[in-house]
Amino acid sequence: MKNNYDILVIGGGPAGALAAKTAADAGNSVCLIEKRPAIGTPVRCAEGIGKELLKEFIKPDPRWIAADIERARIISPNGTAISLEQDKAGNEVGYVLDRKIFDRELVWQAAEAGADVIVKTRATAPIMENGAVRGAKVLSVGTPADIRAEVVIAADGTEAQFARRAGLDTVVPLREMMSCAQYLMTDIDIDAGSTDFYLGNEIAPEGYLWVFPKGDRTANVGIGISGRKSRDGSRAKDYLDRFVAKNFPNGKTIEAIAGGVPVCRPLACTVADGLMVAGDAARVVDPITGGGIGNAMLTGRLAAQVASECIAAGNCSKEALMPYDAGWRASKMGTILERNYKVKEYFVTLDDAKLNTLAESIAQSSLKEFSVLALIKELITRNPKMLLELKALRDTLS
Amino acid sequence: MSTMLRINRDKCGYCGTCVAVCPEDALELIDAYLSLERECIACGICARACPLGALEVVHEE
Ligand code: SF4
Ligand code: SF4
Repeated sequence: MKNNYDILVIGGGPAGALAAKTAADAGNSVCLIEKRPAIGTPVRCAEGIGKELLKEFIKPDPRWIAADIERARIISPNGTAISLEQDKAGNEVGYVLDRKIFDRELVWQAAEAGADVIVKTRATAPIMENGAVRGAKVLSVGTPADIRAEVVIAADGTEAQFARRAGLDTVVPLREMMSCAQYLMTDIDIDAGSTDFYLGNEIAPEGYLWVFPKGDRTANVGIGISGRKSRDGSRAKDYLDRFVAKNFPNGKTIEAIAGGVPVCRPLACTVADGLMVAGDAARVVDPITGGGIGNAMLTGRLAAQVASECIAAGNCSKEALMPYDAGWRASKMGTILERNYKVKEYFVTLDDAKLNTLAESIAQSSLKEFSVLALIKELITRNPKMLLELKALRDTLS
Repeated sequence: MSTMLRINRDKCGYCGTCVAVCPEDALELIDAYLSLERECIACGICARACPLGALEVVHEE
């Protein structure tokens, strides 16, 4: 194993893969380590992504696209459905990916660009010198080693332990951790062109339940609930089992997974001396949708771009790396994250009766655009009598 | 009497949710198993967050 690189990337998900590819393309020596023995498994994701966002990073390929989505439905506690149709809205909806193959493709592209890839290799601690990260202590298939680097890009997902051990606070408050469970089910009756989101405190307290198609009779059926609502007898798995027993009693589960989605604000700062944090580890998951793939690729790529410039200039201090932090915050993604965080904080206060009222108010609307923003605007327009009620929501727009 | 965290490896889906909420950085998801690697204060936060109910704070005489 080589022990010295320009850039060490920790984690082989979309953030790490884009970071490694971008860094290698820019001519750096790059090493990507993944603690699991295989890239892409186990999946811990609902696998949905917006088409436009995806296309910013990679050309869609049928090998890893499980379903092409034409509409989304949001179903309120009493069954009122808000339907968003691709042909009515001005923009495209999304894809449901096959992450096992998608993630491999991304890492393959990083390898193709020249990055070294090492699996079953876990970073146990940062190598710290004078307060700066200078690489990582790793356990590679049981053998300890030091890998030194000018910059470490921590893309280690929900756990985010690398940045934590370098001194950043990455702990997710219990109430802002979405506790998730998902079954990949087959032989079920679904609308294969629609991603369905079920809301309600009986169904998924402070979260939602999703049915994301992956074929005509196959779908990811999953749920995320707030950690503070999770306890014995009412955990994510319990809610999911109840939904499945009622709606898909004869379906077959061919994969059962769990996961944690952080819906807190992003890390207070995503850089330190010699360190950058990207993807879920940076807490850049959309707090409303729980979507993290696109933001992971965006932050991974940007981190590597800034790192490359800093390495070329011979300065990888926190200050020098700061344009990465400032860059994503100032981007469209940064703005959406901040707004959707506030929107989420409003929605978690709603009881089922309110959710029903709001859903009924816009069930007949045909939205011009397919976005959280368009939904909020419509809610405000359609509910003039709830001006005070919706003030918190309106404030998120300013 | 002492309190400690018990991991039910048969239930665990090694998802890492518990790792991210632990205030003590006590847990580690190693490959396909979860391990208590460092000092745990038995606060039970991880057990609350677990989607599958694989963690339990137990009191022992
Ligand atoms: S949260 Fe539960 S299922 Fe996930 S790794 Fe921890 S103990 Fe296992
Ligand atoms: S009980 Fe508390 S300290 Fe112990 S592992 Fe769980 S969260 Fe960490």
